[in-house]
Amino acid sequence: MNSGKKGSRGAAILLEALEKEGVDVIFGYPGGVLLPLYDSLLDSPIQHILARHEQGVVHAADGYARVSGKVGVCLATSGPGATNLVTGIANAYMDSIPLVVLTGQVVSSLLGTDSFQEADITGITTPITKHSYIVKDAREIPRVVKEAFYLAGTGRPGPVLIDLPKDILAMENVEPFPSDMNLRGYQVPGRGDSARIDEVVKAITECRRPVIYAGGGVIAAGAADALRQLSEKASIPVVTTLMGIGCLPFGHPNLLGMVGMHGTVTSNYAVDDCDLLIAVGVRFDDRVTSGLGHLFATKAKIVHIDVDSAEIGKVVRAHFPIVGDARLVLEEVLDGLASVEVPQVSDWWDRLHTWKNDHPMKYEKDRLTPQMVIECMGELAGDETIMVTDVGQHQMWTAQYFPIMHTRNLVTSGGLGTMGFGLPAAVGAQVARPNDLVFLVTGDGSFQMCIQELATIVQNKLPIKIVLMNNGVLGMVRQWQKMFYGERFSSIQLHSNPDFIKVAEAYGIRGIRIESLEQVNSAIAEAIEYPGPVLLDFTISPDEDVLPMVAPGKAITEMLGR
Amino acid sequence: MLHTLAALVENHPGVLTRIAGLFARRAYNIDSLSVCQTEDPELSRMTIVVNGDDQVIEQVRNQLNKLVIVHSVTDLTAESVVNRELALVRIKVSSETRAEVLQTVTIFRGRVVDIGRTNITVEVTGDIEKIDAFVNAIRPYGLLELVRTGKIAILRSEV
Repeated sequence: MNSGKKGSRGAAILLEALEKEGVDVIFGYPGGVLLPLYDSLLDSPIQHILARHEQGVVHAADGYARVSGKVGVCLATSGPGATNLVTGIANAYMDSIPLVVLTGQVVSSLLGTDSFQEADITGITTPITKHSYIVKDAREIPRVVKEAFYLAGTGRPGPVLIDLPKDILAMENVEPFPSDMNLRGYQVPGRGDSARIDEVVKAITECRRPVIYAGGGVIAAGAADALRQLSEKASIPVVTTLMGIGCLPFGHPNLLGMVGMHGTVTSNYAVDDCDLLIAVGVRFDDRVTSGLGHLFATKAKIVHIDVDSAEIGKVVRAHFPIVGDARLVLEEVLDGLASVEVPQVSDWWDRLHTWKNDHPMKYEKDRLTPQMVIECMGELAGDETIMVTDVGQHQMWTAQYFPIMHTRNLVTSGGLGTMGFGLPAAVGAQVARPNDLVFLVTGDGSFQMCIQELATIVQNKLPIKIVLMNNGVLGMVRQWQKMFYGERFSSIQLHSNPDFIKVAEAYGIRGIRIESLEQVNSAIAEAIEYPGPVLLDFTISPDEDVLPMVAPGKAITEMLGR
Repeated sequence: MLHTLAALVENHPGVLTRIAGLFARRAYNIDSLSVCQTEDPELSRMTIVVNGDDQVIEQVRNQLNKLVIVHSVTDLTAESVVNRELALVRIKVSSETRAEVLQTVTIFRGRVVDIGRTNITVEVTGDIEKIDAFVNAIRPYGLLELVRTGKIAILRSEV
């Protein structure tokens, strides 16, 4: 690789730089300007997974990153290839997922001339990337790649884009510059302010009604273990965001469940009533606060621990803001607590248990419902199962009912809410962890947004178990029209759905249709047993609602379906 | 209130777009922005005047700091600073008003930099209030064109 003509081609230098960063797989789709790179790829040990659409490429890299904790890498050609990545880049940006996005670009001399398949992808993606590069000198490739991985994976993770003109990739006999990084304007927060941490320890010892509010930042920082220790040490109940699911294993006695729009009643009441809110790796998103920051946890002193200083004070004023790495900060808080009294919280737990008993999560058990399907999956699947979802009602039911036992086992589009994310993300998840069971729960709306990736599953022999909640409608939109628009249903009927079993079979995937309660358990068990990919098509009623629910614009204590 | 922020940023193409885009996206209002290379040729200095309460300004600073291309952001508002703005002003003159206009220019320590048959162009330097006052003073004669650099500012050194 290091000698001979091929070794010094720009494309080969790029692939070597990727190898140095530990990249073993790229999700990609070729095109004109990428010809030199795809040629060099034949000589590289890096595996390439060919998707069927560039949106599939980027979501797969995203799913790969979420379940592995590594930086996901995807590749698309210039122009339409690059613009097809945009939704996926925005998705990763909103959920702080580390990606390095490689795009081909027209030759440097044609830049800015509206040439064939040209798009200003760095310009288009400026608001949705952590940083981006246009490589103008092939000798800079090693430095740019090293910086891109460092930026993507450290601090608050996020997507970094590298735009690669064809002449840069095709250039021969390149003698690269050293890869020393030059990032003077970038600092990664580490330990928090220790005086502030002492104040937090004091606040914890003095509080009577504490709550930990944990989000995706806890998982990104590898802080789940420290968080669990803090919760157990001081008997502090934990609520999580959608992105924070897995911080505590499902069923942990201190876990109150998800908070916010479709959270548990107990979680929402607890946040509303607590006197100390310890917010870790969260951004007080409007799906949690109802967009009413001023009505959120009003009785509480708020601790806000985040690696991104721009999140502090953005929505809610924190009494104890701490910018730092969540794991390091929580470990210091734990150290501080070792030598002091833990708070007296037994009265608080009595109150929480009362709420829990009065407002359990519930659904009707006399018919085939999506909730019972998900619970049944949970009973049959092992603790290491990866659960991938699409976006909509099925996503919320999964978040509510599927037992996630570890971090990085739930893959879901939280911030952007991207329908179509699920299937390609499941591809990435299964590629990253080939030995773990991967479930995809999707809906008939979401599934059809990236259905072409069924071919990617088959081509790469990925034994993904697809659970389709098929209700013939866009369920979440229908639920809102039912609840808030007087049942005036508008454009939510998916009348001409295909026979999904036949679609699966056409791709070479086994399909099983389930229409009654009695078939559920055996169908799921059969899918898990089967060595290849399976589509389970569950016929469910369009009238099932996601409950409980905070109506838009209402405080989080005002839940429907309590 | 108006805050003056000084940002040291990388001197690359695309940097201005990133910063201007951030302000637009997050709905912050830029009052003025001036930018040029500093004593270090790799860095540019931006002086940004932005309107907002303390919480908004804190957000602006944090969001700017988050950009990889931004090396530092300082709020100069409460600091002891020297600040200046340069304005080039084209004013309508006639034989009747010429003397009065020139007198006004002298009072404001402006300089005439160009003369036409029916107008003169004047350079005025000072803080924002002085420039505003000058503009108001000459407006009745006929303000034809006004170009302002936006504020630049530098911390006063300790004595």
